[in-house]
Amino acid sequence: MAYPADYRYTKEHEWIKVDGNIGTIGITDYAQNSLGDIVFVDLPKVGDAVEASKSFGSVESVKAVSDLFAPVSGKVTAINEDLKDAPEKINSDANTTWLLKVELSDAKQVDGLLTAADYEKFTSEETGH
Amino acid sequence: MAETTTELRKTALNAVHRAAKSKMVDFGGWDMPVDCCGLIAEHMAVRTAVGVFDVSHMGDIQLRGPGSLAAVQHLCMNDASKLAVGQAHYSAMLYPNGTFVDDVIVHKLSDNDYLIVINAGTREKDVQWVRKQIGHMPGVHVNDFSDYYTQLAIQGPRAAETLQKLTSTDLSTIKNYWFTWGQVCGLYNVMIARTGYTGEDGFEIYIPSDEPTSARVWGEVLEAGAEFGILACGLGSRNTLRLEAGMALYGHEISDTINVLEAGLGRYAKLDKPEFVGRAALLEVQAAGGPGRKLVGLEMMERGIGRDGYTVFSLDGARLGEITSGSPSPFLKKNIAMAYVPADYTALDTEVAVEIRGQMVKAKVVPLPFYKRPKKSS
Repeated sequence: MAYPADYRYTKEHEWIKVDGNIGTIGITDYAQNSLGDIVFVDLPKVGDAVEASKSFGSVESVKAVSDLFAPVSGKVTAINEDLKDAPEKINSDANTTWLLKVELSDAKQVDGLLTAADYEKFTSEETGH
Repeated sequence: MAETTTELRKTALNAVHRAAKSKMVDFGGWDMPVDCCGLIAEHMAVRTAVGVFDVSHMGDIQLRGPGSLAAVQHLCMNDASKLAVGQAHYSAMLYPNGTFVDDVIVHKLSDNDYLIVINAGTREKDVQWVRKQIGHMPGVHVNDFSDYYTQLAIQGPRAAETLQKLTSTDLSTIKNYWFTWGQVCGLYNVMIARTGYTGEDGFEIYIPSDEPTSARVWGEVLEAGAEFGILACGLGSRNTLRLEAGMALYGHEISDTINVLEAGLGRYAKLDKPEFVGRAALLEVQAAGGPGRKLVGLEMMERGIGRDGYTVFSLDGARLGEITSGSPSPFLKKNIAMAYVPADYTALDTEVAVEIRGQMVKAKVVPLPFYKRPKKSS
């Protein structure tokens, strides 16, 4: 499983890619694989505020519902409209299928997130492999 | 993904599932594959071609002896005296109050020999119940054969073609809910039943439960079905398939707090039989004008997936009951559920609301089953 080195990760299995003041957020390959076939994504609206470590929406597979947690605080500047009709895109490529973009309110929050190596270690411990 | 402290039970195919990287889950104390090839792909394979399931966790109780029919008749609500040798039927063991010990398939192996296939999660409870209920009856011997068989379910419109390659028995002579014994993958006297839990045509075969034999047969089934696009299937698709087919799952639609008439399974309870455990209670429910609540099918009308345990409300906010099973339907591409609601809310097209994570989402009552397989001319 590949986790891009220029992303940061949460223990709730979100990734964030920061570009200037904008963070692009998705869920990890580990998350999509655990969930199985994704059929529904519930996201906030553009302009909504999200708060670090708080739930901002949910993703549902056939079997389960999973909350989405914001890696950072900020204001939603875009959501991925494609996911409304094709949520399964997350299963095919979790690393590039983003959910939303936020304008960071505190860029320093990113430093507190897991690196790709940390995250990979964390998931291997979680599965007990 | 919680760590498990107690040792899970394993079927003889556990190593095969793990080697295939199937996602495993604790199902009633069993380490079972939940997702082998992607739930939706597996589901569609069974609806349109063929899939194979390891259902060896199911239990098997054999009742033998001249008193076996009387024992089955006492234990189970359907009328086993109507079964011919080689025939099976859906039935249930009930508590005296008419609720479920378990739902079962009764197979008549011979005049003095019945095989009752029971659920995995209720195995010990069922065996104890059977011994307690019929221990005093003469001429019947109870055997727990649960660990003797690896049970494979080969399901889907191409199931017969797949299995036919592996057996000399003419499968076209086995009618739905009948069974026979034949040679399968070189094994003699394999029970081949035209039964299943998917709403499709299909077979369940009962082979010896040693690991090499189980793995070999599993592999041969996959190879035989390859040209049809067979997939190994897990409990996830087994659940969505049975839900579309409106079939009950123990612990969900049926349990020790739900009676047969509430569950809509009265047609399998033969109240004209002189006696069976639970009969008197069902007659009382009937005499009182039927059950106060009933199982219905729901289809979500608005965006949202009603899931197991979610509460169902009337449109004016009265709590009606709970969803027992709810999921997106991979084949129908709708969000469907089964739920218990008061009898006044069971008319088709009745609108209700399902509370989904704090939001009220509209649903309506639809007929069960959600899916019926197309009738075949052959």
